Amino acid sequence: MSKRITIDPITRIEGHLRVDVEVDGGKVTKAWSSGQMWRGVELILLGRDPRDAWAITQRICGVCTTVHAITSVRAVENALNLEIPVNAQFIRNMIISAHAIHDHIVHFYHLSALDWVDVVSALKADPIKTAALAESLSDWPLNGKAVMTQTLDKLKSFVGSGQLGPFTNGYWGHPAMKLSPEVNLLAVTHYLQALEAQRHANKIVTILGSKSPHIQNVAVGGVSNPIATDSQSVLSVERLLALKPHMDALGEFIRKVYLVDIAAIGAFYAEWTKYGAGVTNYLSAPDFPMDSKGTQFLTPGGYIPNGDIGKYKPITAFGDAYLRDGVEEGVKHAWYNYSKPGPLHPYKGETTPNYTDFQDDGKYSWLKAPTFYGERAQVGPLANVLCGVAAGHQPTITYATQVLDTASSLLGSKIPLAALHSTIGRHAARAVRCGVMQDVLQQNWQALIDNIGKGDIATFNKPTFPKGEIMGFGFHEAPRGLLSHWTVIRDGKIANYQCVVPSTWNAGPRDDNDKIGPYEASLLDNPIADAEQPLEVLRTIHSFDPCLACAVHVVEDNKEVVQVKAL
Amino acid sequence: MRVVILGVGNILLTDEGVGVYAVTELAARYDLPGEVEIIDGGTSGMDCLDQVSGADHLLIADAMRSGRVPGTITRLAGDQIPAFFKTKISPHQVGISDMLATLNFHGLMPKNIVLIGVEPKSFATAMELSPDIAARLPEVVATLVAELTALGIPPRPKAA
Repeated sequence: MSKRITIDPITRIEGHLRVDVEVDGGKVTKAWSSGQMWRGVELILLGRDPRDAWAITQRICGVCTTVHAITSVRAVENALNLEIPVNAQFIRNMIISAHAIHDHIVHFYHLSALDWVDVVSALKADPIKTAALAESLSDWPLNGKAVMTQTLDKLKSFVGSGQLGPFTNGYWGHPAMKLSPEVNLLAVTHYLQALEAQRHANKIVTILGSKSPHIQNVAVGGVSNPIATDSQSVLSVERLLALKPHMDALGEFIRKVYLVDIAAIGAFYAEWTKYGAGVTNYLSAPDFPMDSKGTQFLTPGGYIPNGDIGKYKPITAFGDAYLRDGVEEGVKHAWYNYSKPGPLHPYKGETTPNYTDFQDDGKYSWLKAPTFYGERAQVGPLANVLCGVAAGHQPTITYATQVLDTASSLLGSKIPLAALHSTIGRHAARAVRCGVMQDVLQQNWQALIDNIGKGDIATFNKPTFPKGEIMGFGFHEAPRGLLSHWTVIRDGKIANYQCVVPSTWNAGPRDDNDKIGPYEASLLDNPIADAEQPLEVLRTIHSFDPCLACAVHVVEDNKEVVQVKAL
Repeated sequence: MRVVILGVGNILLTDEGVGVYAVTELAARYDLPGEVEIIDGGTSGMDCLDQVSGADHLLIADAMRSGRVPGTITRLAGDQIPAFFKTKISPHQVGISDMLATLNFHGLMPKNIVLIGVEPKSFATAMELSPDIAARLPEVVATLVAELTALGIPPRPKAA
């Protein structure tokens, strides 16, 4: 007999993701992914000045503030056909690569490692054996037995005091937990060190973006950081030089800790390479433009159908027609009405709510269902890494090879690239992309310093808005995958604005042809050891780094479950 | 002494953003002592970690749903703050409570935490407070000022 499990909310800040699964014979047979909060931000933007849109859109999500700001200015610049100074590209590129690094490290260590790591089991670890294991994998200086002993002592006193803090509701002792006490202790040690690592990334964003969590320095036409070689109040060479130690520290952590940890966890959970592939059409955008127009990118992107990297088709420039003409969103299973049947292109997108309650075969989500030339597509670091491999992008290939080789040697058998089409593979791909991001950060830093050295200090080209109607779209390969903003501007005011966010691609409901989305597809056949504690569902969903761009958080007095429902 | 005043909430959803409006208003109307830092946290959690880390006093302004009359101001302190409460289902929620839990584990918890909660009236999609809550905003700001005064660092009203 099948059993229905409803998980609501599966995350809180990203908030309102609800996942329902039917379990039969110990595995998932049916799945629904539902966004539980209406995102009406598009309506707020109507009639406003397009130059203000970035500051408003960066408020729609608590996790991805920066990415919406960047994508919004790119959309308006695309509509205006406005090039921006290369210095502005470099500064934006540094902000978004540092932000991506921050996001990936926090996601893995602070948000999802506990799906795989049993903190209580770490109490039984031998710190000397843990250090020996760690030192055999990496020459990271903080892997010695003194460090491991210190972590163990800290953990003991913490558990002894009756507080588990961030670990309170972990699945300790769950049958799906497989790591040895030593590997668990190693992971907890690196969890603690990751807090320090993410600070370096945050520092870079703050220095360049003027403020965190909401950056202040973006503008349609460039950035508002004046560059000077001799002033304290602006972006000086001295301040740029101050970024270097932060970048180097990040690089060391990513190469010697994050990439190694993901390989080790992947090897110990090799059976999870069999689960969670889901939709294997992959869509990703090129990013980190190095020219004023947006035609030369540091990382490639494009479309891969059916997991076949031989069929990769690249997206090559801002305004790319292949991307522009392929995107539609359907609402057959979403709580909206369109004025006519069938899916709509984002330029023609409509935001008219029609809430019906949760209907298994009808409407059940506030997310629309996006398609690319009629097909569902998975977005995110895995899509980006596979496109990088397909395009022959050397940094991606180098880091991917490092992870797969390390995991293979720990497992004692060869793990192929195809293993990445999986729940654990999405985590591995995120670490690979994080490696690429720290290369990108360093390259843009160098490019900016070199260009300033040539005497070019331009950071802004003033936009002018014509009478009549123009339209444009901006894209960004955000930490969670392809993000695009689409805008129609009439007489200098916003006439339509649609955000097609990564989590809409991945978490969207069934489409107009009733085809299931990536979250839903990835859950099918996942084993469920204990229906009361569906850890496996969380593992697969968390591997996407779930985020619905509609964060709400209201404190509820005297309630254990913090949950806010729309309507 | 380092004091952090953190306003949290989503300013696109009417009264959900009351905490952000309150700290913005506080900064606009008062000269704050040098040891006070104001953060517009928006809906972020972990992104505020570094700024909150190791503060002596943390003052949070936020919307708080407790079934009271809209505009009711509630003060929570210390253990009353549901910082360590989480849903059973996910250990991975990164709101303010998770940020605090992480700081706690790392031994970087602010020594004193006070939360000023305001009962919201509307979560409609709009970039301003509902009239009822807007009318209460001066009192919310006055509450924050009183907290600073109690710490011995009263802010001075800016010259008009």
